[in-house]
Amino acid sequence: MKGIKKFTFLRSTIDAFDAFLRVPDTVTRKGSHIRDCNDLKRVMIVVVIALIPCLLFGMYNTGLQHYLASGTGAGLPGFWQIFWYGFLKVLPLVIVSYVVGLGIEFTVAQIRGHEVNEGYLVTGMLIPLIMPVTVPLWMLALAVAFAVIIGKEIFGGTGMNIWNPALLARAFLFFSYPSHMSGDDVWTDGFSGATPLAGLSEGTSWEGMASWRDMFLGFIPGSVGETSVPCILLGAALLLYTGVASWKIMASCVAGAGIICLLTGQPLHYHLVMGGFAFGCVFMATDPVTSPQTESGKWVYGLLTGAMTLIIRLYNPGYPEGMMLSILLMNTFTPLIDHYVVSINMKRRIKRTAGHGQ
Amino acid sequence: MFAHYRLRRGLDIPLKGEADRLTVPMEPSAEYAIKPTDFKHITPKLLCKENDRVLIGTPLFSDKNRPNLLFTSPVSGRVSAIVRGDKRRLLEIRILPDNTDTAVTFPTAAPEELPREQIVDLLLQSGLWPYIIQRPYGLIARPEDTPKALFISCFNSAPLAPDYDFVFADRQEQLEMGLRVIERLCPGNIHLGLSHNTSAHSVFRRLKAHIHIFRGPHPAGNVGVQIHHVCPVGKGQVVWTLSPMGLAAIGHLFLTGMYDNSRMVALTGSACLRPQYILCRQGLQLSALHEYAAPREEEVRYVSGDPLTGDNAGPAGFLGFYHQQVTFLPEGNTRELFGWARPFRFKKFSAARTYLSYLSTCFGKTFRFDLNTNTNGGVRAFVMTGEYRKVLPMDIFVSFLLKAILAGDIDKMEALGIYEVIPEDLALCEFVCSSKVEIQQILQDGIDLMIKEMQ
Repeated sequence: MKGIKKFTFLRSTIDAFDAFLRVPDTVTRKGSHIRDCNDLKRVMIVVVIALIPCLLFGMYNTGLQHYLASGTGAGLPGFWQIFWYGFLKVLPLVIVSYVVGLGIEFTVAQIRGHEVNEGYLVTGMLIPLIMPVTVPLWMLALAVAFAVIIGKEIFGGTGMNIWNPALLARAFLFFSYPSHMSGDDVWTDGFSGATPLAGLSEGTSWEGMASWRDMFLGFIPGSVGETSVPCILLGAALLLYTGVASWKIMASCVAGAGIICLLTGQPLHYHLVMGGFAFGCVFMATDPVTSPQTESGKWVYGLLTGAMTLIIRLYNPGYPEGMMLSILLMNTFTPLIDHYVVSINMKRRIKRTAGHGQ
Repeated sequence: MFAHYRLRRGLDIPLKGEADRLTVPMEPSAEYAIKPTDFKHITPKLLCKENDRVLIGTPLFSDKNRPNLLFTSPVSGRVSAIVRGDKRRLLEIRILPDNTDTAVTFPTAAPEELPREQIVDLLLQSGLWPYIIQRPYGLIARPEDTPKALFISCFNSAPLAPDYDFVFADRQEQLEMGLRVIERLCPGNIHLGLSHNTSAHSVFRRLKAHIHIFRGPHPAGNVGVQIHHVCPVGKGQVVWTLSPMGLAAIGHLFLTGMYDNSRMVALTGSACLRPQYILCRQGLQLSALHEYAAPREEEVRYVSGDPLTGDNAGPAGFLGFYHQQVTFLPEGNTRELFGWARPFRFKKFSAARTYLSYLSTCFGKTFRFDLNTNTNGGVRAFVMTGEYRKVLPMDIFVSFLLKAILAGDIDKMEALGIYEVIPEDLALCEFVCSSKVEIQQILQDGIDLMIKEMQ
């Protein structure tokens, strides 16, 4: 890197690419002389890998829904043709998300003279997966810019943000351009039909909707990556095995939904596979930055997220998708939850040390 | 009646280069030194000049704030150099040995017959008092305090650490005498922490005190962790700690009237050619050990102490006052192509499951890793949660404590348990941290701030 003196003003950008390819040669100075080889790049890439099944299925499903809607009963085209159609639809979303998001990240790092954080690797993949495939690209770019600047950089970058940036992008579009995003009319592309969730909030009976099996497997309209529960479970398995995501949050989120279902008599197995519940529970609620840092806090947070999702779904006809709003709401309360858990620890400490008096 | 403690959280890093149970005496090194920087929060005041003749036990410097706290020479000879650093900070007092081992003789008696003040005086004058460390803060204890307990951890669980059962096997007499002495300092409140692996024939099993048996991975052997489970330190409370090395040295003083400068040191690390034990003197120059350092393509780092908490002394440096281990580590100033993106990376160890190498821990001690000093990533903000908890068997929220320190919030630091930890207790947290935060330095800064504010 010594040869590129001319571009010293681009230092952090050059460093970022360099560090991306080769591990930097920085050595420990004091303290622990040896370090674990796990770093944030590795953690983030594991999440991106966990998202790939959802992405691939999303591409296929986009094509499938297109041909199902436009088909005239002449039968579906071959697998690769369906996939190719979806691939061409979804790829621009991914590219726009990464180009805009990373562009802003690099610029900010440049201005601050910091190293580029790798957090956007995950956010940049999450955003296209929670968007309807028909979202105009300029709208997506605007949402990404909002999420990265307002959601993350003004707080100081990865690790400092209060809300999940990817969900913030979706929420931004949801409230700014409701006609594109409300969730009840996402398939304007040659097909206009209600997603199962919209049907639920309008009072359609369970029998009138897609079968549980279809909703589980994911061959239904919906946002790009959130429909297929098997693919999400595949990702969840990787996240849990590697310990990157908290099993406590996932388990308590399902338990929270279960409690509300028990109280209201709703079918839990439908709610778990509908809309963004599974995706949000596995990939969004478990974001380590915006979820509690304390282990008992994670239980509380998960329970309330799951419960809140169901409450929004059942009692708020305006917003059929409760997962996004409930996670953002609980993100807001995360510091409060942690505060109480930590206070209990402080009190316990005083008690413990007093018990052993002078 | 022993109390048993089962600690589940922690980590034994499978490192290459554990010392073989084989002891060789060392040739004397060219120079010896005592480093005022080994002692936290003292202001050294020189008591000697260059070219002064000194004996074993001659005071070389004292603490300006506590003039009776003396630091004495580990060898007899001539003061060859007084090394100062920035702002004339005293770094080393070097002594050219005359190899006669002439020692100052201190007047001693059976500890039971001496009043406490006289024992304290003797320890202060002989330069053995600095072995007694207080919690909180990890400073040299203040003689006027009455500690609520005195703890000795009789095993070292740090990576590649010396096996105390082996090191102290033939020092029973000194350990027993040492115990009689400190019994006078803290009557009836001496606690020994033993490992469940400590053999039944171990010398430590024969010592008479309150025995606590700990079972679990590192940092179970850290005295701070043991205090946390047996007798936690709160605001306004003081607990003293002592290493078995200090205990034996105190025993030696009361048996012979002389300062004990002998030290059995474990040479360890993957860059060590013959990992084994050596018998040498305190303050040994590490250049005397160069034949043990592997001739490797990359540089070798000479660490006085264990790989998690030791000092990077360098080949021209000296063995630390509190250290019984020298670790040779390969420097990691090389660049690895696609390091973090490799699926397996078998040669690097990670406690996180994002690499498959963590599986090696399932095979017991058969897989050993050759870790270098690379940070394996850049410094980031705190992102991952729950990492620290997995390696710290204490009821402390590390990330909240660190944030309180970074914010300079004294009340919060106090409430979150800064009295209970010193940097060595959080060394493993620093090892596993995926954000590469310098946790030990932050904690030391917090402790410094506490001391400054509490005065």
